[in-house]
Amino acid sequence: MAHEATHDQHDHHHAPQGFFQRWVMSTNHKDIGTLYLIFSLTMFFIGGSFAMVIRAELFKPGLDLVQPYFFNEMTTMHALVMIFGAIMPAFVGLGNWMIPLMIGAPDMALPRMNNLSFWILPFAFALMLSTLFLPGGGPAGGWTMYPPLSLQSGSLAYVVFSIHLMGISSIMGAINIIATILNMRAPGMDLLKMPVFVWSWLITAFLLIAVMPVLAGAVTMLLTDKYFGTSFFNPGGGGDPVLYQHVFWFFGHPEVYIMILPAFGIISEIVPTFARKPIFGYRAMVYAIACIAFLSFIVWAHHMFAVGLPLGADIFFMYATMLIAVPTGVKVFNWVATMWGGSMTFETPMLFAIAFIILFTIGGFSGLMLALVPADFQYHDTYFVVAHFHYVLVTGAAFAIMAATYYWLPKWTGHMYNEFWGKVHFWCSVVFVNVLFFPQHFLGLAGMPRRIPDYNVAFANFNMISSIGGFLFGASQLIFLGVVVHCAFFARKKAADRVWEGAKGLEWTVPSPAPHHTFEVPPVVRDEELAHGHVND
Amino acid sequence: MSQQHDIYYVPSKSQWPIVAAVVMFITVFGAAHWLNAEPGESGFGKTVITIGAIGILGMFFGWFRSVIKESLAGNYNHQVDTSFRMGMMWFIFSEVMFFGAFFGALFYIRNFSVPWLGGEGHGVLTHQYLYGAYSAAWGAAGGNGPLQVGGAFSVVQPWGLPLLNTLILLTSSVTVTIAHHALRAGHRGKILLFLGLTVLLGATFLYCQAHEYMEAYKELNLTLHSGVYGSTFFMLTGFHGLHVTLGTIMLAVIWCRVLKGHFNKEHHFGFEAVAWYWHFVDVVWLGLFLFVYIL
Repeated sequence: MAHEATHDQHDHHHAPQGFFQRWVMSTNHKDIGTLYLIFSLTMFFIGGSFAMVIRAELFKPGLDLVQPYFFNEMTTMHALVMIFGAIMPAFVGLGNWMIPLMIGAPDMALPRMNNLSFWILPFAFALMLSTLFLPGGGPAGGWTMYPPLSLQSGSLAYVVFSIHLMGISSIMGAINIIATILNMRAPGMDLLKMPVFVWSWLITAFLLIAVMPVLAGAVTMLLTDKYFGTSFFNPGGGGDPVLYQHVFWFFGHPEVYIMILPAFGIISEIVPTFARKPIFGYRAMVYAIACIAFLSFIVWAHHMFAVGLPLGADIFFMYATMLIAVPTGVKVFNWVATMWGGSMTFETPMLFAIAFIILFTIGGFSGLMLALVPADFQYHDTYFVVAHFHYVLVTGAAFAIMAATYYWLPKWTGHMYNEFWGKVHFWCSVVFVNVLFFPQHFLGLAGMPRRIPDYNVAFANFNMISSIGGFLFGASQLIFLGVVVHCAFFARKKAADRVWEGAKGLEWTVPSPAPHHTFEVPPVVRDEELAHGHVND
Repeated sequence: MSQQHDIYYVPSKSQWPIVAAVVMFITVFGAAHWLNAEPGESGFGKTVITIGAIGILGMFFGWFRSVIKESLAGNYNHQVDTSFRMGMMWFIFSEVMFFGAFFGALFYIRNFSVPWLGGEGHGVLTHQYLYGAYSAAWGAAGGNGPLQVGGAFSVVQPWGLPLLNTLILLTSSVTVTIAHHALRAGHRGKILLFLGLTVLLGATFLYCQAHEYMEAYKELNLTLHSGVYGSTFFMLTGFHGLHVTLGTIMLAVIWCRVLKGHFNKEHHFGFEAVAWYWHFVDVVWLGLFLFVYIL
């Protein structure tokens, strides 16, 4: 019986078969993780090229390069591609690669569904990006797709269906991650000994399953309002456009934490490694993530302060939002306390992690400013908001993904990346990203609205600075591409199994590169190998 | 084989995931093309949807056939069983949240948007400037909004067919549970009888619902276009009906599998998954009966 039970596994125990079999029919978490990461990198550059169009148009006042409708398509598509195509799949790819390695599992719990989760994505994005070439043009009403504006878009059906597909993919991916973490841990890997990255993914997966169906519901209502004559968002029929905003942001706010909680997990792995100290307050870190996840469900209307909510709602959502600063503050404090008195070294992953902590905190503070109802009346829909969410998403989520890439790349490829070029990439990125986004705070405070292709000449200087930063930040990412490609195909320097001196955890006990199959029999988990092995002592 | 748990099972490569991704893409591409077609333009959308839908059916058939084969070969150990169970539970949770979006919309519309259109609370100016003649009410008196979208209509009375449907679904929940107990006791005849009854009850529910829809469209003038009342009514009951349809098909498949002797007292996750799904559909109906029909 036992022999039979593993029979399938032995089938493909040997070197993987042909290209199609290996990559398209895969049931291997490492191959699927790699596919996710390549897809996400591709989308990062596609979405980035949209951003370059936006910054080029905004380089100086006047309509110089593109038509306003095309500009609006670019802002809309930039957001959709970056959120659903770049950031989320990158985290899923990292989770796919690392969660089984970190908990001593042979693979994801449901490997075939894992493959389906990935393969839906290229089709979903083909559908979405194809709208740019349709006669009516792509969606141009912003990624939030507020009615009634979004209902005027000819390509709404394409976008709605592609969002349905992405939702199905995310839900299946999240179910897989929960089943893996709860069911596949090696004996001895107690819940409160798991790496913080695994914890952050467990909670993120719960958020995904809870809110992706709500987004599906919201866009389905858009679809039926446009094509089937329902009146959900039509006041003449008793509906309310604001209803869409409520349903959308009930999804949307947990969604922004879906894009940051795994980043918190990554930073919580990297900082202890390079500070050569266990993380400060492991349990507090886990509870803070859970607390942030809970709060994310009761703050959605802070995106809607300016639509005319009842006063009581404004006040409730303002205070609930400000509460989030508490667990987030705990996390930032603990990262700093982890570094305090540590034997620090500053390899590229650590540089990105430290930049994350500082710059994400700036984004957090501007978020706190936006949480205040009276202040938000001024800041709402200005470039201040754009600056805020790019600080949390670019220097937050994207920087964490880059940190994770440098951190685990040697484990994936078996070779060290080029540290010099990694550092060049870091310094270019961190300087130019601030040149790009910091002036946008001033633009917003001065009253420049977001999502416009032309602007008052009073805003010219800061926009030009921001655009220059944007072009250089975009160009810097080509260095990233170069470092990754070099490490994957051309690097000579072998990586050790324990790539980083201070690294702890099961993923460093397997060879570099990680063999196609790992932990086919459960490993013996020794507490001293784990980063948080003695948390219960 | 007490050691079996210690040896992990990783399924072999399969073509079904990529087939699934392709047929899903074909279906939604066809649907989008169909919806996006110019009025009067025939387009190829419907053909593409049909191809995609047939593909999806074939994919389900093929994927489940390979899973059943592997299950019968005894490949799936206790750990795989647990993964399947978790997968199904969280899938049902995602379905709950999907219905939650529509229930949430219903509550919001009834408690806020309709009263505000009638001038309550901070909607007083909206009312005064836009829809002064509208007095807020739900149901036939004002559920289609100030502009009476879709024209005058009457509502479906809860104590006729909907009550019957409630009783049908509640009974079906009992019969599927009896079948489950029979399965655990190993009484095959009893399983087939009560599971078959459950399928029949599901089909009867669908027949009644179809009848109710036709009556609503023909006699009550209650349609999908009847303002937000019609929107919420048909979207909620329609999505529920879709789930009953799926559940009935799933139950019928399980009935055939029982006939073929696929299950035994210990290993019958397929049966339990469908039973959970059926209970979930049942609970959603109770919510619908209360909030859509009665209140």
